[in-house]
Amino acid sequence: MANETAIIDVAARTSLWLRPHRIVLILIAIGLVLSAILFMRWDWLPQYYEMGLAGIWRSLWILAVTCVLGFLLAVPLGLAQATGSFWFAAPAKAFCTVIRGTPLLIQLWLLYYGLGSLFPQYPWIRGSWMWPYLRQAWPYGVLALTFSFAGYEGEVMRGAFAGVPKGQLEAARAFGMSRWKIFRRIWLPQAIYRALPTLTGETVLQLKSTPLVATISVIDIFAVSSKVRQDTYLTYEPLLLLALIYMTITGILVFAFGRIAARIPNKIG
Amino acid sequence: MVRDLLAVYTTIVRAVPELVLILLLYYAGTDLINKALTAIGYQRIDISGLAAGIAVLGFVQGAYSTEVIRGAILAIPQGQIEAARAYGMSPGLMLRRITLPAMLPFAIPGLANLWLIATKDTALLAVVGFYELALATRQAAGVTKAYFTFFVAAGALYLLVSLISNLVIGRVEAWSRRGMPSLKEAP
Repeated sequence: MANETAIIDVAARTSLWLRPHRIVLILIAIGLVLSAILFMRWDWLPQYYEMGLAGIWRSLWILAVTCVLGFLLAVPLGLAQATGSFWFAAPAKAFCTVIRGTPLLIQLWLLYYGLGSLFPQYPWIRGSWMWPYLRQAWPYGVLALTFSFAGYEGEVMRGAFAGVPKGQLEAARAFGMSRWKIFRRIWLPQAIYRALPTLTGETVLQLKSTPLVATISVIDIFAVSSKVRQDTYLTYEPLLLLALIYMTITGILVFAFGRIAARIPNKIG
Repeated sequence: MVRDLLAVYTTIVRAVPELVLILLLYYAGTDLINKALTAIGYQRIDISGLAAGIAVLGFVQGAYSTEVIRGAILAIPQGQIEAARAYGMSPGLMLRRITLPAMLPFAIPGLANLWLIATKDTALLAVVGFYELALATRQAAGVTKAYFTFFVAAGALYLLVSLISNLVIGRVEAWSRRGMPSLKEAP
């Protein structure tokens, strides 16, 4: 019986969703996609296929690394602002304000052109093991994106740390937990639960910041599409495909975070 | 129909990087306008970078602010709308007197964020060759080789704009919340 109503429910929802004007819209969308496939030039695809895949891989790699590193940096930043004494809180706040108040493009160029032009002046840096890395562009891109993520997420974590109810921490202290244990077992997990919905948005925002590294000559998927455009003199096709790729990645990210969020009990605090 | 089209618009614009959208709209938009003009028998026109840049950023920001305002309108207590209807207000009057003022305190934090994002997104127009602060800085730095000086100065200028905006936004928010219980007093 319950099963039957569930089926009826699903059918009703489907029919509600597929109202006539929506069917028309879907048909128009399919028509647009088909005409894009048929009337636009896609013959460059086989030639740039491998380069494109490498570009997507590099974009995803940059996204993953900067999000993880940025989050690790955001935890102390948030903690310092939420509880720290003035001498910890003020620099953390200043860092977040500066990062959030200036364009990522300027930060990126400052690190790459500014810092990158300083290093070669010092012979001991040129001689050190770091030099082969410092000569490339991607470390600067990763550094700038990590700082950016940490700046925005640090602010979120500040609110999340401050939002954990005092009673929870007092109960943990009453159990005789050490400070580190309280942090690890109670405070951090609850703060992360609270920050999780914004974490999805921040990660999508971070994905949308990654194409900026193309301006400092890192070959990500955006740079690949620019190269295709320069080589073939096509305006729309590479950009449309690029937009589609980013939309797909965004969709996957939102879906994955949704699955993670669904596993977390929503009655906290 | 309109609702679905708008949902498609906000979803797509928010899922694609601003940089890609700027490139796409900057080239596609000017190209389409010129094609349309030649089709109806006019001369091709040169669209200035400024107009194109403003239009593109407006298009992108429009999608984000639509979502903010949608959320703000949904956050208005239902009773206020019902009360307005009970007073026999026409939809236009209700929008002007009740919905818009009641939505403002919910919308302003989000819109303020968007304003700050927009001031920083203008730097992205440098990528399509529009001459603004970021591109000017890069050229000046490239010519003089004083990379640090120029980029730090540009960053300071952007930061100044953000900080001043924050002050103004704080005032506007306090104004829009007038008559409402303070956030600090609420439990």
